Amino acid sequence: MAEVARADAANRLEMARGLLRRVERPARLDPARVAPTPGDDGRVLPVAPALARALPAGGLRRGSTVAVSAAPGATSLLFALLAEASASGAWAGVVGRPDLGALAAAEAGIRLDRLALVPDPGRDLVAVVAALVDGLDLVAVAGHERAGVRAADRQRLAARARQRGTVLIALGSWPGADLELTCTRPSWEGLVGGGAGRLRTRRTEVRVRGRGIAPGGREAPLLLPGPVGAPEGVAEAAAGAVPAQVAAV
Amino acid sequence: MNPGDEPVRVLALWSPDWPVTAAARAEGVPSHRPAAVVVANRVLACSATARAHGVRRGLRRREAQARCPELAVLGRDLERDARLFEPVVVAVEELAPGVEVVRPGLVALPARGPASFFGGELGAAERLVDQVAARTGVECQVGVADGLFAAVLAARRGVAVEAGSTPAFLAPMDVDELDREPEVDRSELVGLLRRLGLRSLGTFGALDAADVASRFGADAVLAHRLARGLDPRPPVRRCPPEELAVELELDPPVDRVDAAAFAARGLAERLHQVLAGHGLSCTRLGVAATTEQGEELLRIWRCAEPLTPSGTVDRVRWQLDAWLTRGGSGAVVRMRLTPEETVTAGALQLGLWGEVGVADERAGRALVRAQALLGPGGVVTAVLTGGRDPAERVRLVAWGDARGTLDGVSDERAGLMAGEPTPAPDDAAPRGGRAGGGSGPGRSREPGPGAAQPPPPPAGPMRRNARRGTRRTKPVRTARPALLSPTPAWPGRLPAPSPASVLAAPQPAVLLDAGGGAVGLRAPDLLAAAPEWLDTQGGPSGVVVGWAGPWPVQQRWWVPGAVGTARLQVVLDDGAAVLLVAARGRWWLAAVYD
Repeated sequence: MAEVARADAANRLEMARGLLRRVERPARLDPARVAPTPGDDGRVLPVAPALARALPAGGLRRGSTVAVSAAPGATSLLFALLAEASASGAWAGVVGRPDLGALAAAEAGIRLDRLALVPDPGRDLVAVVAALVDGLDLVAVAGHERAGVRAADRQRLAARARQRGTVLIALGSWPGADLELTCTRPSWEGLVGGGAGRLRTRRTEVRVRGRGIAPGGREAPLLLPGPVGAPEGVAEAAAGAVPAQVAAV
Repeated sequence: MNPGDEPVRVLALWSPDWPVTAAARAEGVPSHRPAAVVVANRVLACSATARAHGVRRGLRRREAQARCPELAVLGRDLERDARLFEPVVVAVEELAPGVEVVRPGLVALPARGPASFFGGELGAAERLVDQVAARTGVECQVGVADGLFAAVLAARRGVAVEAGSTPAFLAPMDVDELDREPEVDRSELVGLLRRLGLRSLGTFGALDAADVASRFGADAVLAHRLARGLDPRPPVRRCPPEELAVELELDPPVDRVDAAAFAARGLAERLHQVLAGHGLSCTRLGVAATTEQGEELLRIWRCAEPLTPSGTVDRVRWQLDAWLTRGGSGAVVRMRLTPEETVTAGALQLGLWGEVGVADERAGRALVRAQALLGPGGVVTAVLTGGRDPAERVRLVAWGDARGTLDGVSDERAGLMAGEPTPAPDDAAPRGGRAGGGSGPGRSREPGPGAAQPPPPPAGPMRRNARRGTRRTKPVRTARPALLSPTPAWPGRLPAPSPASVLAAPQPAVLLDAGGGAVGLRAPDLLAAAPEWLDTQGGPSGVVVGWAGPWPVQQRWWVPGAVGTARLQVVLDDGAAVLLVAARGRWWLAAVYD
């Protein structure tokens, strides 16, 4: 009798579990139900592998806002963010950087024919960025702090980027950004003292903070720029034939 | 079919072979004589009598004349066509409002008004044909159907298609009918459909719209909608706000066509700037003018494709030409262009284009919009060219202009692939002489009078040189055969990595030694003392922890007054690295390795 009751209970338990599984399965597998964020069509723009490891989505999530803090290496870091996507055909624009070194951008792997520069947007900075966000895949904006872009404008631009699936990259502080990238501990390699040698690579730790990352942030050692200009991971470069030289610190 | 998809009843009034009719009238060719308009030695249009003699569209002129020796060969003149058509439009307009000129020879108007006024569509058609013939002596045919495309086909056949039976009317027609519009070339699509065995509009229309979109592209989607008897444009349209209209006061009043055309050009460009600023394209353009006597003239042009600036200019010029040569109303004092119907440029294209090529289109439009805000020079793109300095190796070109020669780019790519593009600056001087004398294009280089021998390379560079010895032929081998013309070697240019920030104008910089004295150059490649402190105005400043160089830059020695310069890379204690250039007796901050 007890045997039968136990078997019955086990059967019912099994049945309940099966039902539960069936209820749960479509919710888990149906991609349409997974947190639909507007503008996010599931696509992620690629970045250099060494940097991708530090980013929560493994790349730049379309529609997100990324701030690159002002520090030595910030522009190279911007190039590293743009390069891989640009090489795969994405359109990029840089607003407000009259001194951008296009040569370094090309060396980093950016396709110059898909890179639009707006060196001096003047008072129309917000309007220009809004126009570019409509059409380009990646828009980098600089000088917004100097131009006095207000918080409301920032939110409007970020919302527009989210809606259009554009990655908005701010050079400088951008409160409310999804990710914040900072170059820390930069050290140049290639100088051998007394004026000999030349700048070859910069070893830096890119610290990533923001949404989807533990509060402490993540760090990725990176060569920015690498020996030929393109960003490289430290391990890959060590495997190459670059001689370890005295860091200039 | 969505309820909004239902096309409106359209009455099309078509004058057959209008280019020939207009040309024959202008040249005084009697109407019984066969005539043809010939463009580029091919018959573009011919009169009915010529057709009876065997002349066909697309025939060579000589062959047409052989078939019909008395053929009057006439030239094409779009302005004349538009000008002579204007009386026809006026005659139609006397009976029915809302006339749209599709092109000279073809007008369309909503059928509902005239049909109810004249008691039926057939009655209206009859009245219109009579009116045009009585006022202008032009023969024309009328067709009524759902949507403009079917109405034009009906007009060619002179039939009225009953409401709702337009798809059935279109179904047996040949796919060639899709390629009748002179402004849109669909010959490729029609040929393809024919080869696929889709010979009638019905069989083409029976295909799934999604399949058409994925296989044949944007224009085929449009053609597919036409073949099914739908309106070619998606039903979502936007009524443009009033401020999109552009207006121009003409002072003094314009009474000559060429002056009006000149004014029209500027006005059309302004209109497109305004539209681009709103991200819109115009599909129906209203051209309005006020004359000296206070007469208000308005004509609406409908276009198959969103108007381009040059298309707008053409239509405005034709219209003004027609009004001015008609005479009687005096000179034009004010002109006004109104976008009567606009489509959101992005939405229209996205809906039609699917995902193919859409990113480029979108990007191009966004950049043009930014240019509309800032002026054409406000948005630039960089092109790599030859040179030694990071600044002179980049040329900025306004967006939309030709990017020019690709030599610099291919040179750069070859260099990047080879890994070590150029000699390091620390051994540039000895190699520079050899490379310049040997392969440089007519540039013989001599060491400057003050150029001392470079210091003996220490252990590090020696090792690198030895290593590069095996590689040295590599850039030459990969770069040379790939390029048709030998690219200049630019010996002595800065190797990668290049500075990420290049100042537009170099800033003054001060380099100090341990004792606080300014560090200058003792020789072009020799510092007077070890630098300890760098001070730049507004740029990176701080303790110098390392430096490389100086490397003399010997170029443009043939330019009188040019001074030899030297470059120096400096690393500061906070990790910043800068490129300094010596010129005019002091240091300048030229670039930052940001």
